[in-house]
Amino acid sequence: MTSTLLSWSILAAQIMLGLAMACSAFRILQGPRAQDRVLGLDALYVSAMCLLVTFGIRTASTLYFEAALVIALLGFVSTAACAKFLMRGEVIE
Amino acid sequence: MMQPTDLPAWAEVVVALFVLAGAGLTLIGALGLVRLRTFYERVHAPTLGTTLGIGCLLLASMLFFTVTQARPVLHEVLIGVFISLTTPVSLMLLARAALYRDRREHLSDVPPLPVYVPDEAASGGDVSDRKIVDAG
Repeated sequence: MTSTLLSWSILAAQIMLGLAMACSAFRILQGPRAQDRVLGLDALYVSAMCLLVTFGIRTASTLYFEAALVIALLGFVSTAACAKFLMRGEVIE
Repeated sequence: MMQPTDLPAWAEVVVALFVLAGAGLTLIGALGLVRLRTFYERVHAPTLGTTLGIGCLLLASMLFFTVTQARPVLHEVLIGVFISLTTPVSLMLLARAALYRDRREHLSDVPPLPVYVPDEAASGGDVSDRKIVDAG
């Protein structure tokens, strides 16, 4: 009974996170300037990391935790590199 | 669909509430990313997902694995600490890059320079900064 509660709420949460990823993708495609696209990419990887955490709860495996951690690490590096590129015109000086 | 089993009822209710709250907050932040008008308003919106959204989801995950494995599982704290440390840094870098680009192109709706005393401007300030402040 309550197990169905948890599985349905996780399903609803995954749908909401998918909508959040769709909104971020809209901002990536639509964004009037380059910084809007970088901001959409930042929100997109955060939503993907939330989605991986919910997959970990649903399947009761800690395997998805490492994937979420890798996304967090690489997402910060990519956003910082994109911001540096917008500021200077090159990433590594 | 794999069902999470052997979890007491109170833990399932709490985990479900935290999961729904985290996903809802992330969705609200992403909707703000779509709805708000200028970039400087939009840069605030996804931080709702990176603070409370991922926080609620990680609390739900920690509670779920702690109850099911009957031992304290705390390694989700690592993601929480890392995200809460890196999100302000990356968004500050991005906002400063956007401000630099907007000021270089002399756009009209750029926020003005914060510290600019007119007395020092008359003596020997930077002329290009002054022009941008007058335009904005």
